[in-house]
Amino acid sequence: MSLWKLTAALIAAAAVSGCATTAQPTKSAQASAAPASPPAKPKPLPPGLDPMVRADAFPSTYKAMPSHATAVVGASVFTGTGQLIENGTVLVKDGKVEAVGAGLTVPAGYDTVDAHGKWVTPGLIDAHSHLGVYASPAVQANSDGNELTNPVTAEVWAEHSVWPQDPGFNTARVGGVTTILVLPGSGNLIGGRGVVLRNVPARTVQDMKFPEAPYVLKMACGENPKRVYGSKGRAPSTRMGNVAGYRAAWINAADYQRRWDEYRAKIAKGEKADPPKRDLGLDTLTGVLRGEILVENHCYRADEMAQMIDISKEFGYHVAAFHHAVEAYKIADLLAENHICVATWANWWGGKMEMLDGIEANAALVNAAKGGCAIIKSDDPDLIQRLNQEAAEALAAGRAAGLTITEADAIKWITSNPAKAIGVDKQTGSLEPGKRADLVIWDHDPFSIYARTERVYLDGAVAYDRRDPRYQPRSDFDLGQPGEGVR
Amino acid sequence: MRKVLFSACAIAALSIAVAAKAETIAVTNAKILTAGAAGEIASGTVVFKDGKITAVGADIAAPAGARVIDAHGGVVAPGFFATGSLLGAVEVGSLGNDLSVNNPAIGASFDIQYGLNPESGLLPIARLGGLTSAVVLPLPVGGRGGEDNDEEDDDASQFTAGPSGEGSKSHALFAGQGAVIDLAGHETILTKAKVAMVVPFGRAGAGVAGGARGAEIVALKEALSDVRAYMKNKAAYDRAGLRDLALSKGDLEALIPVAKGRMPIVAVVRRASDIRQVLAFAREEHVKVILEGAEEGWMVAAEIAKAGVPVLLNPLNDRPESYEELAATMDNAGRLAAAGVTVALESTGGSARVRETRYGAGNAVAHGMSYAAALAAVTINPAKIFGVADRTGSLEPGKDADLVIWTGDPFEPLSQPTAVFIHGEAQPMTSRQIELRDRYKDLGRPLPPGYTHP
Repeated sequence: MSLWKLTAALIAAAAVSGCATTAQPTKSAQASAAPASPPAKPKPLPPGLDPMVRADAFPSTYKAMPSHATAVVGASVFTGTGQLIENGTVLVKDGKVEAVGAGLTVPAGYDTVDAHGKWVTPGLIDAHSHLGVYASPAVQANSDGNELTNPVTAEVWAEHSVWPQDPGFNTARVGGVTTILVLPGSGNLIGGRGVVLRNVPARTVQDMKFPEAPYVLKMACGENPKRVYGSKGRAPSTRMGNVAGYRAAWINAADYQRRWDEYRAKIAKGEKADPPKRDLGLDTLTGVLRGEILVENHCYRADEMAQMIDISKEFGYHVAAFHHAVEAYKIADLLAENHICVATWANWWGGKMEMLDGIEANAALVNAAKGGCAIIKSDDPDLIQRLNQEAAEALAAGRAAGLTITEADAIKWITSNPAKAIGVDKQTGSLEPGKRADLVIWDHDPFSIYARTERVYLDGAVAYDRRDPRYQPRSDFDLGQPGEGVR
Repeated sequence: MRKVLFSACAIAALSIAVAAKAETIAVTNAKILTAGAAGEIASGTVVFKDGKITAVGADIAAPAGARVIDAHGGVVAPGFFATGSLLGAVEVGSLGNDLSVNNPAIGASFDIQYGLNPESGLLPIARLGGLTSAVVLPLPVGGRGGEDNDEEDDDASQFTAGPSGEGSKSHALFAGQGAVIDLAGHETILTKAKVAMVVPFGRAGAGVAGGARGAEIVALKEALSDVRAYMKNKAAYDRAGLRDLALSKGDLEALIPVAKGRMPIVAVVRRASDIRQVLAFAREEHVKVILEGAEEGWMVAAEIAKAGVPVLLNPLNDRPESYEELAATMDNAGRLAAAGVTVALESTGGSARVRETRYGAGNAVAHGMSYAAALAAVTINPAKIFGVADRTGSLEPGKDADLVIWTGDPFEPLSQPTAVFIHGEAQPMTSRQIELRDRYKDLGRPLPPGYTHP
């Protein structure tokens, strides 16, 4: 059993036992009735009607591409754990990182890649993308990222909109991105589930789904939901309407959880009970309340983030990361105390009122708070190709503000920190033995504007090679078009 | 009280500015990127006086009495030129802008110069990206490059899209006239007005002409024919003795310099076949043209070069964002420059993110453009294209002292500007963003952050 499924099962068991105690009065009442014959064993619900039986109805079919045992030798290696190893060697075996260090001996039978004068980083991770759901070309027919028909659409899943042939996946891989969180848009208070993808060319989204990655829930503060629904003449049309909307949704979720708990408690005791009607949206929200689904919250302003933290405490969930969060620097202490990551940009600001106070040093100031977790993300099919440059700009702004930040620390903003915020840090995000061998070889220091990826590995397999056309995948869409997808 | 403080500050700033103007300044010990005939000078000195550059070279001595600024081996470059920008005509994108009109009487005659705001908060931020000049161009119906905000609910299009094309008539064929500005934020920032006339082609052009590409060139030719008829028969026009013309009198007047080949049109165009149509139209109508966008320009690079037509492009556009740019590639800028085309580089959005112009240049270099060509594409080329190369765009004696001192290669994110001069005046190295940063840098102060301000 996978760790994630095991955890889910344990949590479910705990929920059931917890409810058994609250159901005590019923139990004693029933005991006094003392039926002569034992009740008939209740028939189990079909899996599609029981949210706990098959939480993952669209299981990952991801398979690593073929790989050999490989030694990448001689590079300056950013490990993603805060270290820079000069003249380092990375050993890769069976798709996993085997060892990382200076002067390692290359075992017999390994392919040796001479990377002297080059740089190696973990595969980059974008914690905020809409690839596939807002695919290129950006025509209305490909616009599948926002279900703008109701302010709470917890029932929709971004993966059901992902078009695997979006040419943007390939250009992102050329930029070194190996893992992507694809989110629904921010037009809704609760926009639905996001999905973590391995950035491999694939026929189906299931072939891209990151095995054992948790699901995430997209929430959004501020201007977008109130503008979208206010303009339709319905709630929310104000920020206070936004907050009422989130709270009502969590109250519904808690009620749904209680009904299922009661049902299970009765069944566990062999009593007859009608199952509650399954509700896809409330399945997702209760998954958040049980700690199985991570909350990724679009929120620009500091004061709104503070309110979202209070809401999370009111209903008993945790915000994994605030996204965009251009005012995070104003409450860097509060965010660090609450163990909330900040997924932001260096350069984007000013397009609307809630973006007005964005500053280049935002990530660096978040990073500087004790326990702070800074992430540079894209939210954009162009920027995802250059996350390293955006991180460099954020680093430069931090240094200009007088902060001491090493490049080895700043690389975490696009590797291990996003891995943590999207729940895959046990598997990727740093070059440590046992992790997936997701790595990038760069021709220059990745903090240089001139750096280009030479080779990108996913699970130890060459997924992109700048010099070898055999490893330069193109989307179906690009075939036969002008330029043939040569980007 | 606040007002009094403000004017005291203004007077102080003014006296510094006046002092700076009269002062002779020598920047020494610098690698100099002249963007002029002298090319790159490994180590040298730039001298400027009364706002003008007086000497540039390896063996120049600082004049007696000059204020010497030691660049400590850093780089001095011309101030960069923001091409295709919205600066001075937009503040917060979602609140609207002064870049587009949908007025039946005012299309070609729309003149951006009257809406420019020297107090815009975007100017100090742009300066800290090493920018000292910009060309501000009207937005046609359907928008130009488009500004990225968060794209999640299709915010992106609404902020820089022009007015809706619905109900538009021939006036919408022309988006109006752009201007060159400096970024010094004086009482006026206008350097030169009426530098070009924006005309949308391709899908956007089809939209304003009634729905199909084939209608647009026809409509444009008819409009120019009307302009020529008007030029020759102004008296008859005023007596109402001339046939009906599609454009207002103001628009006809505004198009005379275009018809005479004096004012270039900025043709907003992406697809290779549309670029060919624009080149043919310009040739047939004797109109001077600048291509803007040109994502598929590399496919017709030789034809563009042969026509002597310059190109304004965003070097980062490499996706098939629309059906007009299926062949978009990062190599576009480098290939066009190699073919002999005069290229100027735009930034994404052209307003809040305009400071990224220098990173675009670096990316163009990483994708095959020579360093010298990329430098030219953010300095002297746009200055030439918009007719201000006699004043700015390179470090050469006689030109305005628009220059920036950098800690290193200005295309590198880890390099920072240490001084920015416009017309020889040192610009304040701060912005609203720097003030916000410093207000919140230390969250442990006894009083709330609101008490921390300049």
